[in-house]
Amino acid sequence: MSAARRPLPGWVEIGLLPLANVAMAFLLVGFIVKIIGADPLQALKLLVLGAVGSSESIGYTLYYATNFIFTGLAVAVAFHAGLFNIGGEGQAYIGGLGCGLAVLALDGILPGQLMIPAAILASAAFGAAWAAIPAWMQAWRGSHIVITTIMFNFVASALMVYMMVNVLIAPGSMTPQSRGFAASAAVPSMQAALQWVGIAVAPSALNLSLLLALLCCVGVWIFLWHTPWGYGLRTMGHNPEAALYAGTNLKRMTMLAMCLSGALAGGVAVNELLGVHHRLVLDFAAGYGFTGIAVALMGRGHPLGIVLAALLFGALQQGGAELAFEVPAITREMVVVIQGLVILFSGALVHLPRPWLQALFARKG
Amino acid sequence: MEEALTLVIATLAATLRVATPLVLCAMGGLFSEKSGIIDVGLEGKMLMAAFFAAATAAVTDSAWMGVGAAILAAEVLALLHGFACITHRGNQVVSGIALNILAMGLTVVLGTAWFARGGQTPPLSPGERLNPIFFPVAGDNVIVYATLLSVPFTWWLIERTRFGLRLRAVGEMPLAVDAAGISVTWLRYRAVLLCGLFAGLAGAYLSIAQNAGFSRDMTAGQGFIALAAIIFGRWRPFPAFGACLAFGLLDSIAIRLQGVKLPGIGEVPVQLIQAMPYLLTLFLLAGFIGRTVAPKAAGVPYEKEH
Repeated sequence: MSAARRPLPGWVEIGLLPLANVAMAFLLVGFIVKIIGADPLQALKLLVLGAVGSSESIGYTLYYATNFIFTGLAVAVAFHAGLFNIGGEGQAYIGGLGCGLAVLALDGILPGQLMIPAAILASAAFGAAWAAIPAWMQAWRGSHIVITTIMFNFVASALMVYMMVNVLIAPGSMTPQSRGFAASAAVPSMQAALQWVGIAVAPSALNLSLLLALLCCVGVWIFLWHTPWGYGLRTMGHNPEAALYAGTNLKRMTMLAMCLSGALAGGVAVNELLGVHHRLVLDFAAGYGFTGIAVALMGRGHPLGIVLAALLFGALQQGGAELAFEVPAITREMVVVIQGLVILFSGALVHLPRPWLQALFARKG
Repeated sequence: MEEALTLVIATLAATLRVATPLVLCAMGGLFSEKSGIIDVGLEGKMLMAAFFAAATAAVTDSAWMGVGAAILAAEVLALLHGFACITHRGNQVVSGIALNILAMGLTVVLGTAWFARGGQTPPLSPGERLNPIFFPVAGDNVIVYATLLSVPFTWWLIERTRFGLRLRAVGEMPLAVDAAGISVTWLRYRAVLLCGLFAGLAGAYLSIAQNAGFSRDMTAGQGFIALAAIIFGRWRPFPAFGACLAFGLLDSIAIRLQGVKLPGIGEVPVQLIQAMPYLLTLFLLAGFIGRTVAPKAAGVPYEKEH
């Protein structure tokens, strides 16, 4: 395997390799579409049109991308610390509990300028707290974070069902959802926000949470690459012994990385609850946490890459829904298939196309 | 008195019914993990197997064809996992998650395209299912007996054969196995294939023995409970079997306790009992109930030196 050590040019490593991974996943998807008797090229056309064909569909694509940016960043921050946080799902869910509790308790008292920041902080704090327990178990008790975060996803799900069915359900409601939030707790929709500055777009679920997500990208970039804590965190991810020797407290760094990760996952609750549902509902985080793994892997853990990958997955989510609507043979779950294959090819099989690319680009040397 | 006895027997029968797929998955997972390949994809293998079992049984009118298809489907995913983790030394957790998500989507996509029932397969007639052999009420079909045999079989294979010795060695120190001239790759592939076999049987049990057809996401986290059982059993067959039975008992109690007020405690939330396997495993992992000992090389790809 000496060939594996020959370095590839930078643009191949961060540009062409991820593209090759995704292309292989999509080839397989085309094959599956063929099997169920639909036309792959027609399906691709409908998917693209459904994702970016109108101002409304672009809005929905960006709305889904907002969730993926949050969960992608969450996975990436932990990953840089050498921790595999697959509990983003549960952390986003419990972040929603914090968000809902804060709004339900305070929306009668606080004006919007205070209510929304308070709800955002509550989402982040609850998401961080839910990640802090597995972090503590990893740092002090030596239990593996992959296993514990899986378990915490299920516990979060059970806890939320209990809270929604028995405690937070709106009086007289038949479905498990809370009472509606007051208008002061609503993050303005992008349509309304753009109208203030005189731009007219079609209404969609897109709201100003997108700006919060982009702000988090910048924040994560500064934190990871331009602060001593970020340096320590990445050192721990590359080589824990070196980090220890350099004076990093590994236990505390584990806590910091995981809490930050959980807080970022909590952003999903802001987008979904404050931006769209305007009440606490069940299963609003479904699937976003796991897709965040694909986003982080495809984006190579860099905020810019994560934004691009989140856009791709947002487009898939929205375009896939439109595709399922247009072609009866194809269901919405086709998107789930694509996500699974992208995770497989750009995660577990990331090195599969490497030998071919090496044959093409790494001759000299 | 007789009523209480009936209740006890019914609960025990329900426990065995619920525990069967858990035990099969746990035994399969044990082979994989003992060889150093972490498998969080048990859930996906079982789901895919359940779908292909029901789909094949519905089309061919044969339960046994269903079982065969289930095993085949699970083995395909197992081989993919092996291809990614053993051959290409990819991240084992990422691969497992990818296969879970793939199975979740693919079963619904194919099911809707083939049967147009919103992801379900057509309901199976008794002739297309595996039926109880001796006690119709208990649901003691052939897979249940196979499951009861699978535990001593797994123990014997891992603890008492040359293959098992090498399997344990490759999970603890692959370098030593390699140095002895035994192929790490081939050993691990065999472990992964054994895992697929058991997960396939578990899936077939769900859709053509316990139920009469496939419905979307019908595994409902049982693959992860099996994973918890492996940890709880500290990577040993009989203790893992015990953990599966305990988790199965919890589940059958949860159904009976729905809405019942216990003296002194009040109503126990069903969700608490459902989350119990995970909570207990977390307590175990936190070191409150003794230590866990995972195979040392689990999760680490083996890179052969040249």
